[in-house]
Amino acid sequence: MNLLRTYILPRILQWALVIFVGISLTFLIPRLSPYNPVDEMIGRMTAFASIDPHAVVSMREAATALFGLEGTLLEQYGRFWARLATGDLGVSFGNFPRQVSDIIAAGLPWSVGLLTTTIIISWTSGVFLGALAGYFHDRRWSQFLERFVVVIYPVPYLITALVLFIIFGAWLQLFPIMGGSRGEPALTWKFISTVLYFGFLPALSIVIGAIAFRFIMAKALTTTEIANDYVQYAELAAVPKRKIILFYVARNTMLPQVTDLALAFGAIFEGALITEILFAYPGLGFVLYNAIFQADYNVIMGIALLSIVGVATAMLIIDLLYPVLDPRVRLR
Amino acid sequence: MFTTIRDLIRFSPSFRFGSLILLLVAVMIVLSFFSPYEGGKLRRKVKRNQPPSATFVFGTTSQGEDVFWSTTFAVRNTLTISIIAVTIGRGIGVMLGMLSGYFGGIFDRVAQSTVESFIVIPRLPLVILIASILRGSMTMYSLGILIGLFDWAHPSKRYRSQVLSLRERDFTHTAVFSGMSTIRIVIREHLPFIIPYMLADVISGFLFSIGFEVTLSYLGLADLDSPTVGTMIYWATYYQSVFAGRAWVIIVPIVTVVLMVLGFYLMSVGLGEYLDPRKRLVRLSADAGEEAQDDDPRKEKDDVWAP
Repeated sequence: MNLLRTYILPRILQWALVIFVGISLTFLIPRLSPYNPVDEMIGRMTAFASIDPHAVVSMREAATALFGLEGTLLEQYGRFWARLATGDLGVSFGNFPRQVSDIIAAGLPWSVGLLTTTIIISWTSGVFLGALAGYFHDRRWSQFLERFVVVIYPVPYLITALVLFIIFGAWLQLFPIMGGSRGEPALTWKFISTVLYFGFLPALSIVIGAIAFRFIMAKALTTTEIANDYVQYAELAAVPKRKIILFYVARNTMLPQVTDLALAFGAIFEGALITEILFAYPGLGFVLYNAIFQADYNVIMGIALLSIVGVATAMLIIDLLYPVLDPRVRLR
Repeated sequence: MFTTIRDLIRFSPSFRFGSLILLLVAVMIVLSFFSPYEGGKLRRKVKRNQPPSATFVFGTTSQGEDVFWSTTFAVRNTLTISIIAVTIGRGIGVMLGMLSGYFGGIFDRVAQSTVESFIVIPRLPLVILIASILRGSMTMYSLGILIGLFDWAHPSKRYRSQVLSLRERDFTHTAVFSGMSTIRIVIREHLPFIIPYMLADVISGFLFSIGFEVTLSYLGLADLDSPTVGTMIYWATYYQSVFAGRAWVIIVPIVTVVLMVLGFYLMSVGLGEYLDPRKRLVRLSADAGEEAQDDDPRKEKDDVWAP
């Protein structure tokens, strides 16, 4: 009971507060934009045909009402929460009259597929290699590996993606540089193989930087950990090295690593913005990028909402799991 | 301070390489002040699309710019943007983190909730959104400010935890019990710990803002008329230099970014090793033989690195 009051409840309150503030900010900021989605839409419609000015006026009113943009900012804000409470994300302004939930549902599998794969690959291999290199820090191979990683790690992620794009996509033309798949979506090997083929470069562009980061962190944590007496004791007691690394050292360094893993999964709903733009990959990041330039508030809000809730929930879960994962937190 | 830098260059290979690369960067910046093109006006001055040659070391672009001299301006402008961003971001971060750590209580609660809310908001999309709102009126300086305003939340958390751990150390209690005033404790006892930490943190701030500048410029959201490393890449892809066989136009800025971030990062690795007391001990015991004479305790006293 005491644990609930002093540990769990404040964290749940914090979670709700963070989501509320985050969503309010994302509501407010697009509305400061000089782009007016109603004008954008009317501009698109009148670009190719001349329309009676009276019709334009009534169209503008209809569209403003439809998009929920009439009234003061405060009224819009109230209506926004009321609508959200019923689970309605509204219609897209840019791709009228598609529902925002449909647009998100179309992009979601691509981002989730791409990022789940890359997160799992980069996290496990980064943690494993980092722990090995940290334990055997004076071996030649680990020093070579570290030098290699140190060069890769600070390079901005866009640059890695761009270099892969230029070398493997444009010059060698080994991999496609646009889109997510070829042919009709179906559960056949033919379709799935195109998904893997198209996804390879985007995935590689994410994995390279992520492995480097994870490796450096794992190595730093391991180097600190093996200075502890228990490691020396285990070595003197001739415990197999494999066991020392995996069950003692790696386990003790898990806490920050698991936190990052959870945060990475929470951030999946943001999509992999840069990669998706560069390779025109049809995930949420690409959808979001297009929505920003069309002043498509509802789509921006929809994706931001998912992503805020995702990250905040991941943080909450990690906070609640800390005492379970690490007995040392429980003692405090 | 000078002895520290000399030691770092002597003993840390990463610091040595890092400072060499940054020296090259500094040379580029100095050269930009002596360029044959006044005030960074480079367009339509030379023949277009020339491959690298003796006259044009790195070739020319599709807009008639000399790539070499563009690069000198680009390095200078990108670093200017980063300096603005780091000053603002770390300024807010350090203030908020330290105040929050020292005051605690209600101030800390409010500050932490704000920081957490800021962290969960997807940052890159939000910056792209704001940059697209400001498109057209964006200058180099406003880009720096924008990047800075979005890079304080994580640092402030780190400074807060630093302060919290310093507050629990024995020497803080000793100082409090011996009647030292709070301000004196902060300045005399804690700043020597925080300043080195801040140096390493500032370097990581540079890495972040160089990356962000390149990303935003690549998306066409910066001031595209002033040469930065990012806008060079933007124009290179805009004129299809990859597919048209003008590789030099895009390779030069890419290599420049990689060298810049690598220089900063290697320097911070060397610095970090120096700051980590455990690693310093290992090094000291390894070098004990030859360094014994140099080991003058008086020197260590005003050395800010060795608190």
